[in-house]
Amino acid sequence: MITIENLSKRYGDNTVVDDVSMQIEKNSITVIVGTSGSGKSTLLRMINRLVEPSAGRVLLEGRDTRSEPAHLLRRRIGYAIQGHGLFPHRTVAENIATVPRLLGWAPERVKARVEELLHVFQLDPAKYSAAFPHELSGGQQQRVGVARALAAEPQVLLMDEPFGALDPIIRAKAQEDLLDIQRRFGTTVVLVTHDMDEAFHLGDRVAVMSGGRLLQYDEPAQLLTHPADPFVSRMTGLGDRALRLLSLTSAAAVALPGAAPGPKLQASASLREALSEMLWSGSQSCEVIGIEGGAPAHLTVDAILEHARPG
Amino acid sequence: MMRTATLLRLLALALLVSFLIVPQKFAPVFAPLTQYGAPPIYDQGNLLGLAIAHLGTVLLAAALSTVVAVGLGILVTRPAGREFLPLSRTLVNIGQTFPPVAVLAVTVPLVGFGEKPTLIALFAYGLLPIFENTIVALQTTPKAVMEAANGMGMSAGQRLVSVELPLAMPLILEGIRLSLVINVGTATIGSTVAAKGLGEVIIAGLLSNNTAFVLQGGLVTALMAVLLYDAMVGLERRVCRAVQVE
Ligand SMILES: Nc1ncnc2c1ncn2[C@@H]1O[C@H](COP(=O)(O)OP(=O)(O)O)[C@@H](O)[C@H]1O
Ligand SMILES: [Mg+2]
Repeated sequence: MITIENLSKRYGDNTVVDDVSMQIEKNSITVIVGTSGSGKSTLLRMINRLVEPSAGRVLLEGRDTRSEPAHLLRRRIGYAIQGHGLFPHRTVAENIATVPRLLGWAPERVKARVEELLHVFQLDPAKYSAAFPHELSGGQQQRVGVARALAAEPQVLLMDEPFGALDPIIRAKAQEDLLDIQRRFGTTVVLVTHDMDEAFHLGDRVAVMSGGRLLQYDEPAQLLTHPADPFVSRMTGLGDRALRLLSLTSAAAVALPGAAPGPKLQASASLREALSEMLWSGSQSCEVIGIEGGAPAHLTVDAILEHARPG
Repeated sequence: MMRTATLLRLLALALLVSFLIVPQKFAPVFAPLTQYGAPPIYDQGNLLGLAIAHLGTVLLAAALSTVVAVGLGILVTRPAGREFLPLSRTLVNIGQTFPPVAVLAVTVPLVGFGEKPTLIALFAYGLLPIFENTIVALQTTPKAVMEAANGMGMSAGQRLVSVELPLAMPLILEGIRLSLVINVGTATIGSTVAAKGLGEVIIAGLLSNNTAFVLQGGLVTALMAVLLYDAMVGLERRVCRAVQVE
């Protein structure tokens, strides 16, 4: 758990992070969103002390992060950035091994961990271990950057617009990978983005920042149904908030028992996707497949619309 | 293309080595340049010995310049040493703008004749390119790479040794190359203060009005400079490949 208490950062007269307090739960993904220059990166970088706070403090598992030298703290916290920052003179394997080596792991353990991560990130070790970063595609470089951040099994992973430089298809894939990996390793992820879709898709909780202040820190649905500030509504988008809300609920969560005519839909799909399928096929219902237990299930347009407004 | 270049280089090396080992064989080439039966080949000392002494002085001076310039370059690019950048730059620039001959004139009374004043003059003259290249290289480490190194938990020293210096190496080597090549020629002035070197051959030629001597001293120096340049370029290529900088 990360506890942020009254954290501020000032550069001269310019307060770029203003008295921010928040609790970040273990094993969750917290997304910090806000317009450019709102202080997101500064807030994130104060967690691993790449930026030293002007006031306030950060506790990691109840322990003040200032109780040890900054570089030792950072070895316990994963950090992945936009543009990956891979070391160009080191191979993929050496890049991934950076923190384990700093921590003095035995060579066999380092090697095993590097291979494990290459597999997790779908990079064939035989092909990519000895490759240099410039020989990889953008998506692969980004994966190696995240693998490097996770190498020493950190409990906390900080990510600053990690997918910002990727094209939409690779970006979507990277987001799915992150969700998988977060579940697999149980890492506590704090991710900065200015992309609201990304925030809604990834975040268990979303923190909205503006002008250095934390406007709202809540579950995504709450941001839509109970915005704390007009700016939050503007950020989340008024025009398609009903559809956004639908995108937060899975078909499995609200499926009705029994079979029904219409297109087939995976249980993991969102209500937004379900509605879109029904509109597309001109059907009033759809069949939900892959429900746990295998029982027949369905959704109707009316049932979906129930979930498209605050209530 | 590559082939021809390599061939030319090997030819230059063969020419230099054979001239230094058996200079008398080249007498017919230089004879037309002499008058009144003067010797066509330098005969007041061992050419090979002079060339080796010359090269030794240049290499030693370059080693000293490298240690000091790279060390200073590292110092002034650290947060703690940043305020010394203007001062260091001024000092290094003086080293380059103060004529080496004048350095000799100033240092001889202090350290006596021979190698020492020459070493000092070459050392001061060779600092600038290495210093400037080191600074540029260390100041232009990609931001994301620095950020990652810090974020991974490298200490400042670990970051310097395992990230900054390896990435700076191609440019630093280029600085050393410039310094070396300039000083192979400049080192000839050492002979005015009795340092062993190829300047002796040129001065002997000037004193006895023997164009052949002057030309021999000049040619051997030039060939050495060219070959040194090539060797350094080769080294830089290998380092660039290891550092993966395109
Ligand atoms: N080292 C610094 N010195 C002065 N101002 C800074 C520094 N770092 C960031 N800032 C300023 O703080 C503000 C917030 O920056 P940042 O946290 O990077 O915003 P974001 O990540 O939300 O785009 C910006 O206005 C930026 O110019
Ligand atoms: Mg930012």
